Amino acid sequence: MEARRRGATIIHIDPRFTRTSAMANLHVPIRAGTDVAFLGGIVRYILENERYFRDYVVAYTNAATLIKEEFQDTEDLDGLFSGWDPKGGHYDVESWQYEGTSDTVPAAGHKEIFAEKGAGIPRKDRGRDVLDEKKDETLQHPRCVFQLLKRHFARYTPEMVERITGCPQELFLKVAQTLCDNSGRDRTSAFAYAVGWTQHSIGVQYIRTAGIIQLLLGNIGRPGGGIMALRGHASIQGSTDIPTLYNLLPGYLPMPHAEHAPDLAAYIHGNEAATNWWSEFSKYVKSLLKAWWGAAADASNDFCFDYLPKLTGNHAHMVTVKDMADGHVSGYLVVGENPVVGSPNGALQRRGLRRARWLVVRDFQPTETAEFWRTSPEHERGEVRAEEIGTEVFFFPAAAHTEKDGTFTNTQRLLQWHHKAIDPPGDARSDLHFAFHLGRRLKALYADSRERRDEPIQRLTWDYPTEGRHDDPSAEAVLREINGYTVADGKPVSGFTELKADGSTACGCWIYAGCYAEGVNQTARRKSHREQIWVAPDWGWAWPANRRILYNRASADPDGKPWSERKRYVWWDEKALKWTGSDVPDFIVDRPPSYRPNKRAKGLDAIGGNDPFLLQADGKGWLFAPSGMMDGPMPTHYEPQESVVRNLLYKQQCNPARHEFRRRDNRYHRAFDDPRFPLVMSTFRLTEHHTAGGMSRTLPWLSELQPEMFCEISPALARARGVTNGDWATLTTARGMIECRVLVTERMTPLAIDGRRIEQVGVPWHWGAVGRVRGDAANELTAFGEDPNVNIMESKALTCDLVAGRRPRGEAGREAFARLDDALTLDADERRALDEEGLRGAGPPLPEPTQMEPKG
Amino acid sequence: MSSALERKRQVGFFTDTTVCIGCKACEVACKQWNQLPDDGFVFTGMSYDNTAHLGSSTWRHVGFVERQRPLQSQTTGLGAFSWIFHSDVCKHCQEAGCLENCPTGALIRTEFDTVYVQPDVCNGCGYCVVGCPFGVIDRREDDGRAWKCTLCYDRLKADMEPACAKACPTDSIVFGDLATLEARAEARLKSLHADGVSEARLYGRDLDGVGGTNAFFLLVDEPEVYNLPPDPVVPQRTQGESWRMVGVGALAMAALALGAVLSARGRR
Amino acid sequence: MSATRRSLTLLPRTVRADRIVRSVCPYCAVGCGQLVYVENEQITNIEGDPDSPISEGCLCPKGSATYQLVTGSHRVQQVLYRRPFSTHWETLPLEQAMDMVAERVKETRDATWQDRDEKGQTLNRTLGIAHLGGATLDNEENYLLKKLYTSLGMVQIENQARI
Repeated sequence: MEARRRGATIIHIDPRFTRTSAMANLHVPIRAGTDVAFLGGIVRYILENERYFRDYVVAYTNAATLIKEEFQDTEDLDGLFSGWDPKGGHYDVESWQYEGTSDTVPAAGHKEIFAEKGAGIPRKDRGRDVLDEKKDETLQHPRCVFQLLKRHFARYTPEMVERITGCPQELFLKVAQTLCDNSGRDRTSAFAYAVGWTQHSIGVQYIRTAGIIQLLLGNIGRPGGGIMALRGHASIQGSTDIPTLYNLLPGYLPMPHAEHAPDLAAYIHGNEAATNWWSEFSKYVKSLLKAWWGAAADASNDFCFDYLPKLTGNHAHMVTVKDMADGHVSGYLVVGENPVVGSPNGALQRRGLRRARWLVVRDFQPTETAEFWRTSPEHERGEVRAEEIGTEVFFFPAAAHTEKDGTFTNTQRLLQWHHKAIDPPGDARSDLHFAFHLGRRLKALYADSRERRDEPIQRLTWDYPTEGRHDDPSAEAVLREINGYTVADGKPVSGFTELKADGSTACGCWIYAGCYAEGVNQTARRKSHREQIWVAPDWGWAWPANRRILYNRASADPDGKPWSERKRYVWWDEKALKWTGSDVPDFIVDRPPSYRPNKRAKGLDAIGGNDPFLLQADGKGWLFAPSGMMDGPMPTHYEPQESVVRNLLYKQQCNPARHEFRRRDNRYHRAFDDPRFPLVMSTFRLTEHHTAGGMSRTLPWLSELQPEMFCEISPALARARGVTNGDWATLTTARGMIECRVLVTERMTPLAIDGRRIEQVGVPWHWGAVGRVRGDAANELTAFGEDPNVNIMESKALTCDLVAGRRPRGEAGREAFARLDDALTLDADERRALDEEGLRGAGPPLPEPTQMEPKG
Repeated sequence: MSSALERKRQVGFFTDTTVCIGCKACEVACKQWNQLPDDGFVFTGMSYDNTAHLGSSTWRHVGFVERQRPLQSQTTGLGAFSWIFHSDVCKHCQEAGCLENCPTGALIRTEFDTVYVQPDVCNGCGYCVVGCPFGVIDRREDDGRAWKCTLCYDRLKADMEPACAKACPTDSIVFGDLATLEARAEARLKSLHADGVSEARLYGRDLDGVGGTNAFFLLVDEPEVYNLPPDPVVPQRTQGESWRMVGVGALAMAALALGAVLSARGRR
Repeated sequence: MSATRRSLTLLPRTVRADRIVRSVCPYCAVGCGQLVYVENEQITNIEGDPDSPISEGCLCPKGSATYQLVTGSHRVQQVLYRRPFSTHWETLPLEQAMDMVAERVKETRDATWQDRDEKGQTLNRTLGIAHLGGATLDNEENYLLKKLYTSLGMVQIENQARI
């Protein structure tokens, strides 16, 4: 609203007309799951109409870079890129590389990608010859990225956008024009997405497409530009920075893979880049190991690298739960999360919990996850009884944010300290208290062990000072360790540039280095916004280096001058010979714009004065990703795992690299045109509730605002199904059956998709079986299935059916649920017929993700 | 012991519905500050409005109107459609029907020119309820007393902004001195008209039947669309026959509004 | 029409606060500033922090309900324990429950430990224990959890950020 007040045009693209739509200048409904088609249409519009910001694109992106001759596009292979291994279900990225380089060009923060099978093996000096890449700055060469992009998106015409997404051409063109009109030297446009964008089998490519648009329009690294994730948890950014994620160590350092990282040297070789910022990798990982194992870690023992457990496959949430359901995982700690409501396929989640031996849940009150043994749809249908469930369950009451010190990292990477106001009630404790005292107990239990495998816990640095009557560990002491310090004197480092690879520094999370600079808790700074410049650098602390806009070198032109007075942000000061401006420059502060590395330059010396994207090995923004993506170097429209239509662009129906879990308890619908499930379904959130409801469905003030589970449908669908506003209806998929109230509203509208009328159903996912207000959970309907890059489920685009009335209960419910299981997948004849048509998306099962990669 | 209050300031609310995002922060902030109970957990089916109306425990209420006509400043793929939100509140009338009907002196005009129910005086007679042409003031079932927006009387005493206005993320609710608010409202109206939103209009200050209101609104449609009476008149304004007529009218309107709510709730 | 003594002396409860503690909204990732008013070791009010450049004193409905989140009757104050095959919760002293969890972790870890895989590659891990959670936690909490779990050889450490 602030932007609108200042004259910005707000465009809202959403299948539903929401409260955001109501505030927008332009609301564009599209079919859920077709965003790459829509955004791809914008890419084509920009390229065909020469609307790109040419100076920016040539200087700061890899548009001019030539790609190897072997590369083949989806245009050549009908929906696949070169390098596809149909048996393994993944890509080899060899043919996607830059011409002139002999090696894989490493992506920034490529995480475990290089440890994944099929993504190339670690090589010595990865990216060392990236400076040998061939370029054509006229952007005319048929194999330059610019021309490849143009060819790749050539078929994403306004007509095609309309056929796939249901958005009328005129409306689509209005979006494209508005976006282009508001980008360039004098103006910038921003994308904001809710994390629903990630919940697709090609979610990462959605965001990549937005990234391509923003690079073409020159909207990255500049004020008013960028792509912003509107995320739903107070520290969801922080929880990936300092991850509780299987594939990461703090600061986006990858967890080591058994095959590729037998020792520290191999691990570093496999992950550092020869050029640009990831050449500093070894400093960060060694400092982390020093922080964790202190004096026990030194050069003679690989800094205790051996102590880190090793990955062998996909250890993400859905694989874990699947293995739990199959009896392979005994213990489960669930801290401030409620997977029975919040994760896909609630029935499979509970099946896992029923097979676990012990479960710990920490929350304000018992959630559906804590109560699974006595309250669930299975209990209601009489399929399971508490007396038959052997799981031992511990529920620990948690302290609230007002009862503990600590930092949240918000969605803009800003760390803000919240101060403890009072003690928690009764036996409620902070999660810090839980972690610390559990660690203390385990150290005691293992104290006398002589086993080598117990050394990591014995030697773990764990001597945080405690305070208060509950022996709370000092959160500030933990933050000091996260910040990092010099080992000799314990003095906090002032930033990651002070970290060393010789064991003289320790640092818990290199990107957070500086948050405790000079021994001052920088995250607790609260200078009023009225008393500082608009960037507000003295409020909290943003990683990295208190920088508020990443890649802000790109806010100046190649010569270091602001692109325009209006968009002045960071620039090269000719007199002082340094970068300066409203923000901490995201560049080597005294490196002039004119600097060019020689061809054999390494490390930070390889960063040219016109390379704003310091973390990429070539310093450029990637329109084309030669590595780092599991499902293609350029985004491609694939239909969701479950769709109402065929892919109109390619024979390849779905993302070929997606992860499927083909199990009896995770049935999929036909890939398209399943007559039993003709409706498109998308889950969504309400302002009045918080995620799975554990922090909102217990509060009267929020519960009264949205008291019951409902779904939103159009008047036409309501008529067709014989329901009126406020009635009960039952939604079904092959996974489950839920009942809800019906909100019949003009805000939902059928779309014309390739000549057919397609109805969509909006389903909020906040409700569950316990709490002050209760209702069926939307995730009873969704399926396990993953985006291959980040293992996120597809809950924003699937198919379902809706019938009038409440769902059957008891015996009748059991029968109805059992019927869901029957004959839902394609029979052999149908599958053969589809295979013959080349609809591989609906074809043979893909290899299922596992924790142990198959041998070979 | 009591004494009359001398006017210090004339304050009120200007609620600009064109920037209301329907988030209901005002409803909750009001409940938080005034420690009000919930209104029950009832799905009404009335768009996103499940608290339905102002009442003894809901002193700010956000309404949601789905209209079969476009908003002048907006284009949508849905065609002739728009969704408008508005945060309703006690109008703090210059001629306040509730106050004039109050036989106990519980209702007073404060030093801030607002209308306040003194809970330590109110005996729950309910005369004020029929006196309000907007159907705002309401008796609470448990204690029988009449309650409504106090315009955060306690906060005003310490120079604090009322809770709803403070929480409002878009400044749809603005608190301030009447003169300032009026100027702001006029300027906003002018700018909307200049932008082609010719339907924009102000509601409240020139409602003669209640002597004008301290809480006033910027709307983009007829007041009825927002469930606001187009021409409210305090019952006391006229005597005899006409007083009865108006009173009956006001009652009927309140009953109608209540009836609509009950029937919506009754569907459950 | 006259004001009572109560009306004349009325003041907001916040003036009685012993301290005002600066905080951050615990709901979404915008990170709005909050002021927490404490009187006699009880929270009496939570509202927006006008100094915050992010929120300038505003809060959304969830943020405005924070007072109820932290003071509401829904908050459980004792450890609850459900024995295998039991039909009800029991309460447990906190220290005992912590001891029991530590024992379960050790027991499961020791029983499911993997030194090496079939190819002889080092694993040093357990696949017997998993963790989920973290997006509502403080960075310091996630840091200690990740550090502890990793030292125990756990790899199935997951988070809302994945979903």
